[in-house]
Amino acid sequence: MPAGTLYRGREGMWSWVAHRVTGVLIFFFLFVHVLDTALVRVSPEAYDRVVATYKTPVVAVLEYGLVAAILFHALNGLRVIAVDFWAKGARYQKQMLWSVVGLWVLLMIGAIYPVLGHAARVVFGS
Amino acid sequence: MSTTETTASGIGPVEGAPGYSVENPAPVIEAPRKRTKKTPKSTRGNFEMYGWLFMRLSGVVLVVLVLGHLLIQLVLDGGVSKVGFAFVAGRWASPWWQVWDLLMLWLAMLHGCNGLRTVINDYAERANTRLWLKALLYTATVWTILLGTLVIFTFDPNIR
Ligand code: HEM
Ligand code: HEM
Repeated sequence: MPAGTLYRGREGMWSWVAHRVTGVLIFFFLFVHVLDTALVRVSPEAYDRVVATYKTPVVAVLEYGLVAAILFHALNGLRVIAVDFWAKGARYQKQMLWSVVGLWVLLMIGAIYPVLGHAARVVFGS
Repeated sequence: MSTTETTASGIGPVEGAPGYSVENPAPVIEAPRKRTKKTPKSTRGNFEMYGWLFMRLSGVVLVVLVLGHLLIQLVLDGGVSKVGFAFVAGRWASPWWQVWDLLMLWLAMLHGCNGLRTVINDYAERANTRLWLKALLYTATVWTILLGTLVIFTFDPNIR
C-alpha cells in the first residue's frame, strides 16, 4: 500500500474502490473498441469478422459485465458530483449510495434479456 | 477559589486582563493563511482544479452519450446481433450520430486519461515509473483519439 493513504473502510471507501476499478476497466475497453471500429476503414469483411466475436455467448457475458461496470460508474459518478456540488450532498451520501446500488440492481435485471438473450438462444437452442 | 473567578464578560482573570467588551473590542487577528497583497504570487496554475471540474462536467455529458450508445448497440433493434458494416454505414450517414460518436470519443478518452493519471500518481511511487507510465498513457490517448477521429471523418460506405 502506498504510504500515507488513509483507508477509512466502510461504504465510502468501497464505493471509491469500485469507482476506480470500473473506470480503469472501461478505459481499457474503449482503447480496444476504437481499434476494432477502425477496421471499417480496412474492409467490410474484416470488420464483420471481428464483430462476429461480439455475438458469441462468452463475449455476451463480458458485455453484461461491461454494462455492469458502466452503470455503476455512471450512477456513482453522479453521486460523487452531487456530494461535491449539492449543499446537502455530503449529509445524504450514504442514502445516495444505497439508491445507486438499488437502481443498479434494477437496471442489471432489466439488461439480462436484451444483452444475454441471444447468447441463451445459441447455448440452449431457440 | 480565585482561579475560577470571572469578570463580567465571562473571561477568566488570566487571559483577559483588560476584559474586552462591545466598547473595548479585541484586536482583529488575521487568519493564518489569508491571501493578502503581501502574499507572493502562486507559481502553480489552477491545472488540478480545472482537471477536477472537467471530470465532473464531462461525466454528466457522458452519462447521456455512453448510456445512449449502449442502449442503441446492445438493447434496441435486436441487440448486438444487428451490428455489422452495413449497420455502421447506416448510422454514420447521419451527421447527428457522427457528432455524437466524435464527442463521445473525445470526452471519454480525455476523462479516462485524466482519471488514469490520478491512479498512476497514487500508486506508482518511483518518479521514473510515474514518468514512463504517464508517457505511455498520453501516447496511447493521443493516438486513439486521432485514429477514432480519422475513422469517423474518412468513413467510406462504398469502400468495396
Ligand atoms: C459492447 C458494447 C458496445 C457495442 C456493441 C458498441 C458498438 C459500436 C459500434 C457499432 C460503433 C460504430 C459507430 C456507431 O454505430 O455508432 C461504435 C463506435 C463507438 N463506440 Fe461503441 N459500442 C459498445 C460500447 C461502447 C462503450 C462502453 C463506449 C464508451 C466508453 C463506446 C464508445 C464508442 C466510440 C467513442 C465510438 C466511435 C469510434 C470511432 O471514432 O472510431 N462504445 N460502437
Ligand atoms: C458514464 C458517465 C460517467 C460519469 C458520470 C463519470 C464520473 C466520474 C467522476 C465524477 C469521476 C471523479 C471521481 C473523483 O474525483 O473522485 C470519475 C473518475 C474516473 N472515471 Fe469516470 N465517469 C463516467 C464515464 C467514464 C468513462 C467512459 C471512463 C473510461 C473511459 C471513465 C473513467 C474514469 C477513471 C479512470 C476515473 C478515475 C478514478 C479514480 O481516480 O479513482 N469514466 N468519473
